[in-house]
Amino acid sequence: MITPTGRRKLISSLFVAFCAGAVLLALIPLALVLFFVISQGIRSLNLAFFTHMPTPVGESGGGMANAIVGTLMLSGLAGAMAIPIGIVSGIYMSEYAGTRFAALVRFAADTLNGVPSIVIGLFAYVVAVLPFKQFSALAGGFALGIMMIPIIARTTEELLLLVPGTMREGALALGATRARAVFSVVLPAALPGIVTGVVLALARIAGETAPLIFTAFNNRFFSTSLREPISSLTVQVYTYATGPYEDWHRQAWAGALVLVSIVLICSLLARLATRRLERMHARG
Amino acid sequence: MLIAIVVGIGVVLTHQSMPSIQKFGLSFWRTEIWDPVAGEFGALPFIWGTLYSSVLALLIATPIALGIAVFISELCPAALRQPLVFVTELLAAIPSIVYGLWGIFVLVPAVRSLETSLPDNVRKLPLFSGPPLGLGMLSAALILAIMVIPFISSISREVLKSVPPAQREGAYALGATRFEAIRAALFYARTGIIGAVMLGFGRALGETMAVTMVIGNNPKISASLFAPQYTMAAVVANEFAEAADDLYLSALVEIGLVLFIITLIINSLSRLLIWSMARTEAIVAEPVEAEATV
Repeated sequence: MITPTGRRKLISSLFVAFCAGAVLLALIPLALVLFFVISQGIRSLNLAFFTHMPTPVGESGGGMANAIVGTLMLSGLAGAMAIPIGIVSGIYMSEYAGTRFAALVRFAADTLNGVPSIVIGLFAYVVAVLPFKQFSALAGGFALGIMMIPIIARTTEELLLLVPGTMREGALALGATRARAVFSVVLPAALPGIVTGVVLALARIAGETAPLIFTAFNNRFFSTSLREPISSLTVQVYTYATGPYEDWHRQAWAGALVLVSIVLICSLLARLATRRLERMHARG
Repeated sequence: MLIAIVVGIGVVLTHQSMPSIQKFGLSFWRTEIWDPVAGEFGALPFIWGTLYSSVLALLIATPIALGIAVFISELCPAALRQPLVFVTELLAAIPSIVYGLWGIFVLVPAVRSLETSLPDNVRKLPLFSGPPLGLGMLSAALILAIMVIPFISSISREVLKSVPPAQREGAYALGATRFEAIRAALFYARTGIIGAVMLGFGRALGETMAVTMVIGNNPKISASLFAPQYTMAAVVANEFAEAADDLYLSALVEIGLVLFIITLIINSLSRLLIWSMARTEAIVAEPVEAEATV
Protein backbone atom coordinates (compact mmCIF):
# COMPACT_ATOMS: atom_id res chain seq x y z
CA MET A 1 0.00 0.00 0.00
CA ILE A 2 1.20 3.52 -0.75
CA THR A 3 0.55 6.08 1.95
CA PRO A 4 -1.06 9.37 0.88
CA THR A 5 2.21 11.18 1.54
CA GLY A 6 4.09 8.64 -0.52
CA ARG A 7 1.62 9.12 -3.31
CA ARG A 8 2.06 12.87 -3.25
CA LYS A 9 5.81 12.48 -3.33
CA LEU A 10 5.52 10.06 -6.21
CA ILE A 11 3.35 12.47 -8.20
CA SER A 12 5.84 15.21 -7.49
CA SER A 13 8.79 13.17 -8.72
CA LEU A 14 6.85 12.15 -11.82
CA PHE A 15 6.14 15.80 -12.50
CA VAL A 16 9.80 16.75 -12.17
CA ALA A 17 10.68 13.89 -14.48
CA PHE A 18 8.08 15.08 -16.98
CA CYS A 19 9.53 18.58 -17.04
CA ALA A 20 13.05 17.33 -17.57
CA GLY A 21 11.70 15.00 -20.23
CA ALA A 22 10.02 17.94 -21.98
CA VAL A 23 13.36 19.70 -22.25
CA LEU A 24 14.98 16.62 -23.73
CA LEU A 25 12.04 16.15 -26.09
CA ALA A 26 12.45 19.68 -27.41
CA LEU A 27 16.18 19.21 -27.82
CA ILE A 28 15.68 16.18 -30.06
CA PRO A 29 14.25 18.07 -33.06
CA LEU A 30 16.86 20.80 -32.65
CA ALA A 31 19.65 18.24 -32.64
CA LEU A 32 18.10 16.39 -35.59
CA VAL A 33 17.65 19.54 -37.67
CA LEU A 34 21.20 20.70 -36.99
CA PHE A 35 22.59 17.22 -37.60
CA PHE A 36 20.93 16.83 -41.00
CA VAL A 37 21.61 20.37 -42.14
CA ILE A 38 25.27 20.08 -41.25
CA SER A 39 25.89 16.54 -42.47
CA GLN A 40 23.92 16.95 -45.71
CA GLY A 41 25.06 20.49 -46.25
CA ILE A 42 28.78 19.89 -45.82
CA ARG A 43 28.74 17.21 -48.45
CA SER A 44 27.42 19.62 -51.06
CA LEU A 45 29.06 22.80 -49.94
CA ASN A 46 32.13 23.77 -51.94
CA LEU A 47 33.75 26.86 -53.31
CA ALA A 48 31.64 26.67 -56.47
CA PHE A 49 28.54 27.12 -54.34
CA PHE A 50 29.68 30.63 -53.49
CA THR A 51 31.21 31.62 -56.80
CA HIS A 52 29.17 29.90 -59.52
CA MET A 53 25.76 30.53 -60.97
CA PRO A 54 22.96 27.96 -61.05
CA THR A 55 23.39 25.56 -63.95
CA PRO A 56 20.60 24.70 -66.40
CA VAL A 57 18.35 21.83 -65.35
CA GLY A 58 20.04 18.47 -65.87
CA GLU A 59 23.58 19.72 -65.55
CA SER A 60 25.18 19.08 -62.21
CA GLY A 61 27.41 21.47 -60.31
CA GLY A 62 26.92 25.18 -60.15
CA GLY A 63 26.23 27.34 -57.16
CA MET A 64 24.14 30.10 -55.74
CA ALA A 65 26.36 33.13 -56.21
CA ASN A 66 23.43 35.17 -57.45
CA ALA A 67 21.25 34.13 -54.52
CA ILE A 68 23.91 35.03 -51.98
CA VAL A 69 24.35 38.48 -53.48
CA GLY A 70 20.57 38.77 -53.62
CA THR A 71 20.13 37.96 -49.95
CA LEU A 72 22.82 40.48 -49.02
CA MET A 73 21.19 43.16 -51.14
CA LEU A 74 17.69 42.48 -49.85
CA SER A 75 18.87 42.55 -46.25
CA GLY A 76 20.76 45.76 -46.93
CA LEU A 77 17.68 47.39 -48.45
CA ALA A 78 15.54 46.24 -45.55
CA GLY A 79 18.07 47.57 -43.07
CA ALA A 80 18.32 50.92 -44.82
CA MET A 81 14.58 51.27 -44.47
CA ALA A 82 14.00 49.75 -41.05
CA ILE A 83 16.98 50.90 -38.98
CA PRO A 84 16.20 54.65 -39.02
CA ILE A 85 12.45 54.18 -38.61
CA GLY A 86 12.86 51.50 -35.98
CA ILE A 87 15.35 53.41 -33.88
CA VAL A 88 13.34 56.63 -34.01
CA SER A 89 10.17 54.76 -32.99
CA GLY A 90 12.12 53.11 -30.19
CA ILE A 91 13.41 56.46 -28.95
CA TYR A 92 9.89 57.83 -29.03
CA MET A 93 8.47 54.90 -27.05
CA SER A 94 11.11 55.16 -24.35
CA GLU A 95 11.18 58.96 -24.14
CA TYR A 96 7.44 59.31 -23.95
CA ALA A 97 6.87 56.08 -22.05
CA GLY A 98 3.64 56.27 -20.12
CA THR A 99 1.81 58.48 -22.58
CA ARG A 100 -1.19 57.11 -24.34
CA PHE A 101 0.28 57.59 -27.79
CA ALA A 102 3.50 55.77 -26.90
CA ALA A 103 1.41 52.86 -25.65
CA LEU A 104 -0.43 52.89 -28.97
CA VAL A 105 2.88 52.83 -30.89
CA ARG A 106 4.07 49.94 -28.73
CA PHE A 107 0.85 48.09 -29.37
CA ALA A 108 1.24 48.67 -33.12
CA ALA A 109 4.80 47.36 -32.98
CA ASP A 110 3.74 44.20 -31.17
CA THR A 111 0.86 43.72 -33.56
CA LEU A 112 3.07 44.17 -36.60
CA ASN A 113 5.49 41.69 -35.09
CA GLY A 114 2.73 39.11 -34.92
CA VAL A 115 1.42 39.62 -38.46
CA PRO A 116 2.20 36.51 -40.50
CA SER A 117 5.05 37.11 -42.91
CA ILE A 118 2.97 35.96 -45.86
CA VAL A 119 0.49 38.78 -45.16
CA ILE A 120 3.36 41.28 -45.17
CA GLY A 121 4.30 39.83 -48.54
CA LEU A 122 0.77 40.43 -49.86
CA PHE A 123 0.87 43.99 -48.59
CA ALA A 124 4.22 44.65 -50.27
CA TYR A 125 2.91 43.08 -53.46
CA VAL A 126 -0.06 45.41 -53.60
CA VAL A 127 1.97 48.49 -52.67
CA ALA A 128 5.28 47.92 -54.43
CA VAL A 129 4.72 45.39 -57.21
CA LEU A 130 1.23 45.98 -58.58
CA PRO A 131 1.70 49.69 -59.46
CA PHE A 132 4.89 48.94 -61.43
CA LYS A 133 3.67 45.66 -62.85
CA GLN A 134 7.01 44.07 -62.06
CA PHE A 135 8.59 42.01 -59.33
CA SER A 136 11.62 43.84 -58.02
CA ALA A 137 14.42 43.73 -55.47
CA LEU A 138 13.05 46.98 -54.11
CA ALA A 139 9.69 45.39 -53.33
CA GLY A 140 11.43 42.49 -51.58
CA GLY A 141 13.53 44.84 -49.51
CA PHE A 142 10.40 46.80 -48.63
CA ALA A 143 8.63 43.67 -47.39
CA LEU A 144 11.60 42.61 -45.28
CA GLY A 145 12.01 46.16 -43.99
CA ILE A 146 8.45 46.19 -42.69
CA MET A 147 9.12 42.96 -40.84
CA MET A 148 12.26 44.43 -39.34
CA ILE A 149 10.88 47.74 -38.05
CA PRO A 150 9.01 46.40 -35.01
CA ILE A 151 11.92 44.19 -33.94
CA ILE A 152 14.36 47.10 -33.99
CA ALA A 153 11.88 49.49 -32.39
CA ARG A 154 11.23 47.19 -29.44
CA THR A 155 14.93 46.38 -28.93
CA THR A 156 15.85 50.07 -29.00
CA GLU A 157 13.11 50.90 -26.54
CA GLU A 158 14.10 48.20 -24.08
CA LEU A 159 17.77 49.11 -24.21
CA LEU A 160 17.13 52.83 -23.80
CA LEU A 161 15.02 52.13 -20.74
CA LEU A 162 17.97 50.26 -19.25
CA VAL A 163 20.17 53.35 -19.37
CA PRO A 164 20.29 54.72 -15.81
CA GLY A 165 18.05 57.74 -15.31
CA THR A 166 20.88 59.58 -13.56
CA MET A 167 22.78 59.87 -16.86
CA ARG A 168 19.89 61.63 -18.53
CA GLU A 169 19.30 63.81 -15.50
CA GLY A 170 22.99 64.72 -15.40
CA ALA A 171 22.86 65.88 -19.00
CA LEU A 172 19.69 67.87 -18.40
CA ALA A 173 21.21 69.43 -15.28
CA LEU A 174 24.14 70.63 -17.38
CA GLY A 175 21.67 72.55 -19.47
CA ALA A 176 21.32 70.15 -22.37
CA THR A 177 18.04 70.21 -24.25
CA ARG A 178 16.01 67.04 -24.23
CA ALA A 179 17.06 66.13 -27.78
CA ARG A 180 20.68 66.78 -26.95
CA ALA A 181 20.45 64.60 -23.83
CA VAL A 182 18.93 61.76 -25.83
CA PHE A 183 21.28 61.88 -28.80
CA SER A 184 24.57 62.67 -27.07
CA VAL A 185 24.18 60.83 -23.78
CA VAL A 186 21.41 58.26 -23.61
CA LEU A 187 21.64 56.85 -27.13
CA PRO A 188 25.43 56.39 -27.13
CA ALA A 189 25.17 54.56 -23.81
CA ALA A 190 22.71 52.12 -25.32
CA LEU A 191 24.35 51.92 -28.74
CA PRO A 192 26.31 48.67 -28.38
CA GLY A 193 23.14 46.89 -27.38
CA ILE A 194 21.17 48.44 -30.21
CA VAL A 195 23.80 47.34 -32.72
CA THR A 196 23.48 43.80 -31.37
CA GLY A 197 19.73 44.00 -31.79
CA VAL A 198 20.10 45.20 -35.38
CA VAL A 199 22.45 42.33 -36.21
CA LEU A 200 19.97 39.84 -34.77
CA ALA A 201 17.13 41.42 -36.71
CA LEU A 202 19.16 41.25 -39.93
CA ALA A 203 19.90 37.58 -39.30
CA ARG A 204 16.25 36.89 -38.73
CA ILE A 205 14.98 38.54 -41.88
CA ALA A 206 17.75 37.01 -43.99
CA GLY A 207 16.01 33.71 -43.22
CA GLU A 208 12.57 34.87 -44.36
CA THR A 209 11.03 33.30 -47.44
CA ALA A 210 7.32 33.95 -47.48
CA PRO A 211 7.45 37.74 -48.02
CA LEU A 212 9.82 37.31 -50.95
CA ILE A 213 8.03 34.75 -53.11
CA PHE A 214 5.90 37.32 -54.85
CA THR A 215 7.84 40.53 -54.23
CA ALA A 216 11.49 39.91 -55.07
CA PHE A 217 10.39 36.71 -56.82
CA ASN A 218 13.43 34.83 -58.13
CA ASN A 219 15.96 35.31 -60.86
CA ARG A 220 18.10 32.66 -62.53
CA PHE A 221 20.61 35.25 -63.58
CA PHE A 222 22.99 37.49 -61.78
CA SER A 223 21.37 40.80 -61.05
CA THR A 224 22.09 43.78 -58.86
CA SER A 225 19.38 45.94 -60.34
CA LEU A 226 16.85 47.25 -57.85
CA ARG A 227 14.07 47.20 -60.43
CA GLU A 228 14.55 43.63 -61.55
CA PRO A 229 13.45 40.46 -59.78
CA ILE A 230 16.28 39.16 -57.65
CA SER A 231 17.19 35.77 -56.29
CA SER A 232 17.65 35.04 -52.61
CA LEU A 233 19.03 32.10 -50.68
CA THR A 234 15.73 31.28 -49.05
CA VAL A 235 13.59 31.34 -52.18
CA GLN A 236 16.27 29.39 -54.01
CA VAL A 237 16.28 26.73 -51.29
CA TYR A 238 12.49 26.58 -51.53
CA THR A 239 12.57 26.14 -55.30
CA TYR A 240 15.26 23.50 -55.11
CA ALA A 241 13.73 21.61 -52.20
CA THR A 242 10.34 21.28 -53.87
CA GLY A 243 11.88 20.41 -57.24
CA PRO A 244 12.29 16.87 -58.51
CA TYR A 245 16.05 16.68 -59.08
CA GLU A 246 18.58 15.01 -56.82
CA ASP A 247 21.16 17.67 -57.59
CA TRP A 248 18.75 20.43 -56.62
CA HIS A 249 18.13 18.78 -53.25
CA ARG A 250 21.86 18.68 -52.66
CA GLN A 251 22.10 22.39 -53.35
CA ALA A 252 19.10 23.09 -51.12
CA TRP A 253 20.86 21.46 -48.17
CA ALA A 254 23.96 23.51 -48.85
CA GLY A 255 21.83 26.66 -48.92
CA ALA A 256 20.20 25.68 -45.65
CA LEU A 257 23.60 25.17 -44.08
CA VAL A 258 24.65 28.67 -45.10
CA LEU A 259 21.42 30.12 -43.68
CA VAL A 260 21.73 28.27 -40.40
CA SER A 261 25.38 29.28 -40.08
CA ILE A 262 24.43 32.93 -40.51
CA VAL A 263 21.79 32.66 -37.80
CA LEU A 264 24.02 30.67 -35.44
CA ILE A 265 26.99 32.98 -35.79
CA CYS A 266 24.87 36.08 -35.28
CA SER A 267 23.14 34.67 -32.20
CA LEU A 268 26.43 33.59 -30.67
CA LEU A 269 28.01 36.98 -31.32
CA ALA A 270 24.97 38.74 -29.91
CA ARG A 271 25.07 36.56 -26.82
CA LEU A 272 28.73 37.28 -26.23
CA ALA A 273 28.15 41.00 -26.74
CA THR A 274 25.21 41.11 -24.32
CA ARG A 275 27.25 39.27 -21.75
CA ARG A 276 30.04 41.79 -22.02
CA LEU A 277 27.54 44.60 -21.78
CA GLU A 278 25.98 43.13 -18.68
CA ARG A 279 29.38 42.83 -17.05
CA MET A 280 30.16 46.44 -17.97
CA HIS A 281 26.88 47.61 -16.44
CA ALA A 282 27.50 45.56 -13.34
CA ARG A 283 30.89 47.16 -12.90
CA GLY A 284 29.75 50.66 -13.74
CA MET B 1 4.80 55.35 -38.79
CA LEU B 2 4.28 51.99 -37.14
CA ILE B 3 0.62 52.72 -36.61
CA ALA B 4 0.30 53.85 -40.21
CA ILE B 5 1.78 50.57 -41.42
CA VAL B 6 -0.62 48.43 -39.40
CA VAL B 7 -3.63 50.46 -40.52
CA GLY B 8 -2.22 50.59 -44.05
CA ILE B 9 -2.00 46.82 -44.29
CA GLY B 10 -5.65 46.51 -43.33
CA VAL B 11 -6.84 49.18 -45.75
CA VAL B 12 -4.74 48.06 -48.71
CA LEU B 13 -5.69 44.41 -48.37
CA THR B 14 -9.37 45.24 -47.97
CA HIS B 15 -9.27 47.44 -51.05
CA GLN B 16 -7.54 44.78 -53.08
CA SER B 17 -9.95 42.03 -52.08
CA MET B 18 -13.08 44.06 -52.89
CA PRO B 19 -13.79 42.27 -56.20
CA SER B 20 -13.87 38.93 -54.48
CA ILE B 21 -15.82 40.20 -51.46
CA GLN B 22 -18.45 41.74 -53.72
CA LYS B 23 -18.72 38.73 -55.97
CA PHE B 24 -18.89 35.97 -53.38
CA GLY B 25 -19.86 37.67 -50.15
CA LEU B 26 -20.05 35.32 -47.22
CA SER B 27 -20.39 32.23 -49.37
CA PHE B 28 -16.66 32.54 -49.99
CA TRP B 29 -16.16 31.21 -46.48
CA ARG B 30 -18.95 28.64 -46.56
CA THR B 31 -18.27 26.71 -49.75
CA GLU B 32 -15.59 24.15 -50.12
CA ILE B 33 -14.89 23.98 -53.83
CA TRP B 34 -11.66 25.66 -54.85
CA ASP B 35 -11.37 25.54 -58.61
CA PRO B 36 -9.56 28.58 -59.99
CA VAL B 37 -9.87 27.38 -63.57
CA ALA B 38 -13.65 27.30 -63.35
CA GLY B 39 -13.67 30.51 -61.34
CA GLU B 40 -15.09 28.87 -58.24
CA PHE B 41 -13.57 30.01 -55.00
CA GLY B 42 -14.59 28.52 -51.65
CA ALA B 43 -12.18 29.03 -48.81
CA LEU B 44 -13.61 26.63 -46.25
CA PRO B 45 -10.93 23.94 -46.78
CA PHE B 46 -8.20 26.45 -45.95
CA ILE B 47 -9.90 27.61 -42.78
CA TRP B 48 -10.36 24.01 -41.75
CA GLY B 49 -6.76 23.09 -42.52
CA THR B 50 -5.38 26.14 -40.74
CA LEU B 51 -7.43 25.61 -37.59
CA TYR B 52 -6.94 21.85 -37.52
CA SER B 53 -3.16 22.03 -37.91
CA SER B 54 -2.77 24.87 -35.40
CA VAL B 55 -4.96 23.30 -32.73
CA LEU B 56 -3.22 19.98 -33.15
CA ALA B 57 0.17 21.68 -32.94
CA LEU B 58 -0.86 23.43 -29.73
CA LEU B 59 -2.10 20.18 -28.20
CA ILE B 60 1.36 18.75 -28.75
CA ALA B 61 3.33 21.88 -27.94
CA THR B 62 1.61 23.26 -24.84
CA PRO B 63 2.48 20.52 -22.33
CA ILE B 64 6.04 20.31 -23.60
CA ALA B 65 6.51 24.08 -23.61
CA LEU B 66 5.10 24.42 -20.09
CA GLY B 67 7.33 21.60 -18.92
CA ILE B 68 10.33 23.40 -20.34
CA ALA B 69 9.29 26.70 -18.76
CA VAL B 70 8.82 25.08 -15.35
CA PHE B 71 12.06 23.19 -15.63
CA ILE B 72 14.09 26.24 -16.55
CA SER B 73 12.51 28.66 -14.10
CA GLU B 74 11.86 26.41 -11.10
CA LEU B 75 13.76 23.18 -11.20
CA CYS B 76 17.06 23.32 -13.01
CA PRO B 77 20.37 24.21 -11.40
CA ALA B 78 21.37 27.82 -11.98
CA ALA B 79 24.41 26.90 -14.05
CA LEU B 80 22.20 25.12 -16.58
CA ARG B 81 19.67 27.92 -16.89
CA GLN B 82 21.42 30.26 -19.35
CA PRO B 83 22.54 27.53 -21.76
CA LEU B 84 19.03 26.03 -21.81
CA VAL B 85 17.48 29.43 -22.49
CA PHE B 86 19.95 29.93 -25.33
CA VAL B 87 19.22 26.53 -26.83
CA THR B 88 15.44 26.92 -26.75
CA GLU B 89 15.82 30.34 -28.34
CA LEU B 90 17.93 28.78 -31.05
CA LEU B 91 14.95 26.60 -31.85
CA ALA B 92 13.05 29.80 -32.60
CA ALA B 93 15.88 31.32 -34.62
CA ILE B 94 16.15 28.58 -37.25
CA PRO B 95 14.53 29.88 -40.45
CA SER B 96 11.22 28.29 -41.31
CA ILE B 97 12.49 27.30 -44.76
CA VAL B 98 15.13 25.14 -43.06
CA TYR B 99 12.43 23.42 -41.00
CA GLY B 100 10.55 22.90 -44.23
CA LEU B 101 13.54 21.34 -45.96
CA TRP B 102 14.15 19.07 -42.99
CA GLY B 103 10.43 18.31 -42.95
CA ILE B 104 10.39 17.16 -46.57
CA PHE B 105 13.45 14.96 -46.46
CA VAL B 106 13.53 13.68 -42.87
CA LEU B 107 10.22 14.13 -41.05
CA VAL B 108 7.86 13.18 -43.87
CA PRO B 109 9.59 9.84 -44.63
CA ALA B 110 9.61 9.10 -40.90
CA VAL B 111 5.90 9.87 -40.61
CA ARG B 112 5.25 7.76 -43.71
CA SER B 113 6.93 4.70 -42.23
CA LEU B 114 5.03 5.28 -39.00
CA GLU B 115 1.80 5.41 -40.99
CA THR B 116 2.50 2.20 -42.90
CA SER B 117 3.48 0.39 -39.72
CA LEU B 118 0.07 0.96 -38.10
CA PRO B 119 -2.03 -2.19 -37.87
CA ASP B 120 -4.91 -2.50 -40.31
CA ASN B 121 -7.74 -2.21 -37.83
CA VAL B 122 -6.35 1.12 -36.58
CA ARG B 123 -6.03 2.34 -40.14
CA LYS B 124 -9.78 1.86 -40.56
CA LEU B 125 -10.53 4.64 -38.05
CA PRO B 126 -11.47 7.93 -39.74
CA LEU B 127 -8.62 9.64 -37.88
CA PHE B 128 -6.06 7.51 -39.67
CA SER B 129 -7.76 6.85 -42.99
CA GLY B 130 -6.32 7.47 -46.40
CA PRO B 131 -3.13 6.44 -48.13
CA PRO B 132 0.04 6.72 -46.05
CA LEU B 133 1.73 9.53 -47.95
CA GLY B 134 3.66 11.08 -45.11
CA LEU B 135 2.79 14.48 -46.53
CA GLY B 136 -0.23 15.64 -44.61
CA MET B 137 -1.81 16.93 -41.45
CA LEU B 138 0.32 14.95 -39.00
CA SER B 139 3.62 16.14 -40.44
CA ALA B 140 2.37 19.73 -40.53
CA ALA B 141 1.19 19.63 -36.93
CA LEU B 142 4.46 18.12 -35.74
CA ILE B 143 6.58 20.72 -37.47
CA LEU B 144 4.33 23.52 -36.24
CA ALA B 145 4.60 22.19 -32.71
CA ILE B 146 8.39 22.27 -32.90
CA MET B 147 8.23 25.83 -34.14
CA VAL B 148 5.85 27.25 -31.51
CA ILE B 149 7.37 25.49 -28.47
CA PRO B 150 10.08 28.14 -27.99
CA PHE B 151 7.53 30.99 -28.14
CA ILE B 152 5.17 29.50 -25.59
CA SER B 153 7.94 28.41 -23.26
CA SER B 154 9.83 31.70 -23.26
CA ILE B 155 6.72 33.75 -22.46
CA SER B 156 5.51 31.28 -19.84
CA ARG B 157 8.94 31.50 -18.29
CA GLU B 158 8.65 35.29 -18.05
CA VAL B 159 5.19 34.95 -16.56
CA LEU B 160 6.36 32.39 -14.00
CA LYS B 161 9.21 34.68 -13.08
CA SER B 162 6.68 37.36 -12.13
CA VAL B 163 4.91 35.10 -9.62
CA PRO B 164 5.94 36.43 -6.20
CA PRO B 165 8.25 34.04 -4.31
CA ALA B 166 5.93 34.32 -1.32
CA GLN B 167 3.41 32.19 -3.23
CA ARG B 168 5.80 29.29 -3.50
CA GLU B 169 7.30 29.74 -0.06
CA GLY B 170 3.83 29.80 1.43
CA ALA B 171 2.99 26.54 -0.32
CA TYR B 172 6.20 24.90 0.86
CA ALA B 173 5.60 26.17 4.38
CA LEU B 174 2.24 24.40 4.35
CA GLY B 175 4.08 21.18 3.59
CA ALA B 176 3.42 21.07 -0.15
CA THR B 177 5.51 18.86 -2.38
CA ARG B 178 7.41 20.41 -5.25
CA PHE B 179 4.64 19.58 -7.68
CA GLU B 180 1.99 21.11 -5.45
CA ALA B 181 3.97 24.31 -4.97
CA ILE B 182 4.56 24.66 -8.71
CA ARG B 183 0.94 23.89 -9.37
CA ALA B 184 0.05 26.80 -7.10
CA ALA B 185 2.46 29.05 -9.01
CA LEU B 186 1.04 27.91 -12.35
CA PHE B 187 -2.47 28.55 -11.11
CA TYR B 188 -1.43 32.01 -9.97
CA ALA B 189 0.05 32.68 -13.41
CA ARG B 190 -2.84 31.18 -15.36
CA THR B 191 -3.91 34.32 -17.26
CA GLY B 192 -0.39 34.94 -18.47
CA ILE B 193 0.05 31.33 -19.49
CA ILE B 194 -3.20 31.34 -21.44
CA GLY B 195 -1.88 34.48 -23.13
CA ALA B 196 1.36 32.69 -23.98
CA VAL B 197 -0.50 29.74 -25.50
CA MET B 198 -2.67 32.10 -27.55
CA LEU B 199 0.41 33.89 -28.83
CA GLY B 200 1.70 30.50 -29.93
CA PHE B 201 -1.65 29.91 -31.64
CA GLY B 202 -1.25 33.17 -33.57
CA ARG B 203 2.20 32.07 -34.70
CA ALA B 204 0.96 28.68 -35.78
CA LEU B 205 -1.94 30.15 -37.79
CA GLY B 206 0.35 32.35 -39.86
CA GLU B 207 3.30 30.01 -40.32
CA THR B 208 3.80 29.56 -44.01
CA MET B 209 6.85 27.96 -45.53
CA ALA B 210 7.40 24.90 -43.38
CA VAL B 211 3.72 24.02 -43.45
CA THR B 212 3.44 24.55 -47.19
CA MET B 213 6.26 22.11 -47.73
CA VAL B 214 4.87 19.24 -45.67
CA ILE B 215 1.07 19.47 -45.55
CA GLY B 216 0.48 18.14 -49.07
CA ASN B 217 -1.48 21.13 -50.39
CA ASN B 218 -4.80 19.55 -51.21
CA PRO B 219 -7.94 21.64 -50.69
CA LYS B 220 -10.12 18.81 -49.31
CA ILE B 221 -11.67 18.85 -45.87
CA SER B 222 -10.81 15.69 -43.98
CA ALA B 223 -10.61 14.65 -40.36
CA SER B 224 -7.78 12.24 -41.08
CA LEU B 225 -4.34 12.99 -39.73
CA PHE B 226 -2.82 11.34 -42.77
CA ALA B 227 -4.73 13.24 -45.43
CA PRO B 228 -2.94 15.96 -47.35
CA GLN B 229 -4.68 19.28 -46.68
CA TYR B 230 -4.10 22.98 -47.16
CA THR B 231 -3.82 26.10 -45.02
CA MET B 232 -4.65 29.75 -45.67
CA ALA B 233 -1.03 30.86 -45.58
CA ALA B 234 0.06 27.96 -47.77
CA VAL B 235 -2.47 28.62 -50.53
CA VAL B 236 -1.40 32.25 -50.75
CA ALA B 237 2.28 31.28 -50.88
CA ASN B 238 1.73 28.62 -53.51
CA GLU B 239 -0.74 30.12 -55.89
CA PHE B 240 -0.29 33.87 -55.67
CA ALA B 241 2.62 34.22 -58.08
CA GLU B 242 0.74 32.10 -60.62
CA ALA B 243 -2.69 33.63 -60.21
CA ALA B 244 -3.48 35.04 -63.61
CA ASP B 245 -6.86 36.74 -63.47
CA ASP B 246 -7.94 39.52 -61.14
CA LEU B 247 -10.67 37.59 -59.40
CA TYR B 248 -8.25 34.80 -58.49
CA LEU B 249 -5.75 37.35 -57.13
CA SER B 250 -8.39 39.13 -55.16
CA ALA B 251 -9.69 35.87 -53.68
CA LEU B 252 -6.18 35.08 -52.45
CA VAL B 253 -5.78 38.58 -51.03
CA GLU B 254 -9.08 38.12 -49.20
CA ILE B 255 -7.70 34.96 -47.59
CA GLY B 256 -4.66 36.98 -46.54
CA LEU B 257 -6.89 39.73 -45.17
CA VAL B 258 -8.84 37.31 -43.01
CA LEU B 259 -5.60 35.75 -41.80
CA PHE B 260 -4.43 39.25 -40.89
CA ILE B 261 -7.60 40.01 -38.96
CA ILE B 262 -7.61 36.69 -37.11
CA THR B 263 -3.97 37.00 -36.02
CA LEU B 264 -4.60 40.63 -35.06
CA ILE B 265 -7.44 39.66 -32.75
CA ILE B 266 -5.60 36.71 -31.23
CA ASN B 267 -2.42 38.70 -30.67
CA SER B 268 -4.25 41.63 -29.09
CA LEU B 269 -6.16 39.33 -26.77
CA SER B 270 -3.06 37.48 -25.69
CA ARG B 271 -1.10 40.71 -25.09
CA LEU B 272 -4.02 41.94 -23.04
CA LEU B 273 -3.95 38.80 -20.89
CA ILE B 274 -0.18 38.99 -20.39
CA TRP B 275 -0.36 42.70 -19.61
CA SER B 276 -3.20 42.32 -17.15
CA MET B 277 -1.16 39.64 -15.42
CA ALA B 278 1.85 41.96 -15.28
CA ARG B 279 -0.28 44.84 -13.98
CA THR B 280 -1.96 43.02 -11.08
CA GLU B 281 1.52 41.78 -10.33
CA ALA B 282 2.92 45.28 -10.00
CA ILE B 283 0.08 46.31 -7.71
CA VAL B 284 0.48 43.33 -5.40
CA ALA B 285 4.24 43.69 -5.22
CA GLU B 286 4.65 47.44 -4.97
CA PRO B 287 1.36 49.14 -4.13
CA VAL B 288 2.97 52.54 -3.56
CA GLU B 289 4.84 52.69 -6.84
CA ALA B 290 1.93 51.37 -8.81
CA GLU B 291 -0.21 54.14 -7.47
CA ALA B 292 2.38 56.76 -8.26
CA THR B 293 2.54 55.76 -11.93
CA VAL B 294 -1.25 55.86 -12.29
